[in-house]
Amino acid sequence: MAKHTITLIINGQSEELLVPSNMTLLHVLRDQLGLTGTKNGCEAGECGACTVLVDGEPINSCLVLAVELEGREITTIEGLSSNGKLTPLQQAFADLNAVQCGYCTPGMLMSGTALLRRNPNPTAEEIQKALVGNLCRCTGYQRIIDAIMEASRNGGAQ
Amino acid sequence: MLARPGLPDFEYIKAETFQDVFDWMKEKGDDLKLLMGGTDLFIQMRDRGEGPGFLLDVKGLPGMQEISFDRKNGLKVGAAATLNSLSSHPNLLTYYSILCQAADTVGNYQLRNLATLGGNICNASPSADMSPAALVYDGIVVVESPRGERELSLDQFWVGPGKTALEKDEFLKRIHFPTPPDKAAGSYYKLGRSKMGDLAIVGVAVLAFPDPNQPAGVQFRIGINSTAPTAYRVPAVEEFLAQSPTTDEILYKAAEMAMDISAPIEDQRATAIYQKKMVRNLVYKGLKEVREILK
Ligand SMILES: Cc1cc2nc3c(=O)[nH]c(=O)nc-3n(C[C@H](O)[C@H](O)[C@H](O)COP(=O)(O)OP(=O)(O)OC[C@H]3O[C@@H](n4cnc5c(N)ncnc54)[C@H](O)[C@@H]3O)c2cc1C
Ligand code: FES
Ligand code: FES
Repeated sequence: MAKHTITLIINGQSEELLVPSNMTLLHVLRDQLGLTGTKNGCEAGECGACTVLVDGEPINSCLVLAVELEGREITTIEGLSSNGKLTPLQQAFADLNAVQCGYCTPGMLMSGTALLRRNPNPTAEEIQKALVGNLCRCTGYQRIIDAIMEASRNGGAQ
Repeated sequence: MLARPGLPDFEYIKAETFQDVFDWMKEKGDDLKLLMGGTDLFIQMRDRGEGPGFLLDVKGLPGMQEISFDRKNGLKVGAAATLNSLSSHPNLLTYYSILCQAADTVGNYQLRNLATLGGNICNASPSADMSPAALVYDGIVVVESPRGERELSLDQFWVGPGKTALEKDEFLKRIHFPTPPDKAAGSYYKLGRSKMGDLAIVGVAVLAFPDPNQPAGVQFRIGINSTAPTAYRVPAVEEFLAQSPTTDEILYKAAEMAMDISAPIEDQRATAIYQKKMVRNLVYKGLKEVREILK
């Protein structure tokens, strides 16, 4: 199978990559770039653990081929904080114990970040709707919703 | 360990021009599939563990993601416009609100940044959520081939579960929705196993608009999915409603007629009898809701 040379802007950095046609963004991030913060839960668009931002909008990285994304900007969980400083949303997750096993957390943070950027003051219902595609088997969701609300009062997504 | 195996091997090709599509389709035949969001295609390829040798990405073709509207000509949606681009479009919210409502029920937000209207229609799933709305707005599919464009109504386009009237050398270019009648009101009700994020056990779109030429003073259009080999309208019920005052009793009678027409099969998500009763309930709910909006 032929490979494609592509350039992706990942967390602000341009990366030239050699990828086979059938390699999803999820596998490029985890297996080629070692960015294992993005999780693999189902590879079927159901769980949201693989959520990343492409040009600022969240997508399931398990459902998109890396070669489809030539030249696009990708933000992963590793790209949220800068110089070790958490974003208000990350800080709120830590402060309010919105994390148990943590497997869903990167995806939750990416979806939550995108939500706060398009809607800085979401209601609980709007948060629930935005998180339909992010499953959590531990927290029961309430603390995650609380944390997003807290962040919206506290500087938003940034 | 992976929850699922990766995608089977294939060669990815990006189409730049319509001629590219004609050429590749001709050369590769059944060994090639068209790719837009991939949210149906990739799942099917993973589940089967095999797929076509070639995927031709057509979403970057000229005009494929465009959405345009004017009062005279109506709405034109490029086949590769994503569902999120529909539901956030101001003209759609005003004139085609059921398309937005339906789009917002598909899967989840991340998925809708990938999933396209054209993919939903071409996949021809009986339970596809965009179908009832597309039907009540009289959607017309515009198909491209080396012979030029041709137009088909949706009931001509869907021929069975997963089957369309597309010829081997044809592909979907855009969907056209005429301007809805003045003061049209609409609703989409979807029943899934969970409140959000699941496929439809039954979905019902209702559109209604004032029409002084009808005895009822109003006309209804009803589109239903998941309960027949393809999504469908119910002309006999629509005709009945136009003839009678829109009392609760008449609306309920109409909902029972729709239930009798529906022909669901038993599947792992619901029994046939349950689906039939839910057709009745959702049609009744939808009719009542749009009647109130029109008042
Ligand atoms: C987790 C999950 C949840 C989902 N939930 C829902 C739901 O609630 N409701 C719902 O309706 N659907 C749902 N779906 C199905 C799917 O997301 C939608 O049907 C989507 O709109 C398909 O669009 P796409 O662009 O991804 O299509 P693709 O997968 O790219 O294509 C679909 C089919 O159309 C063919 N095709 C693509 N482009 C063309 C073209 N231009 N001309 C002719 N044929 C073409 C492809 O070869 C393929 O067979 C869900 C899917 C997943 C993974
Ligand atoms: S791994 Fe992508 S949605 Fe679950
Ligand atoms: S914290 Fe364990 S899945 Fe969400």
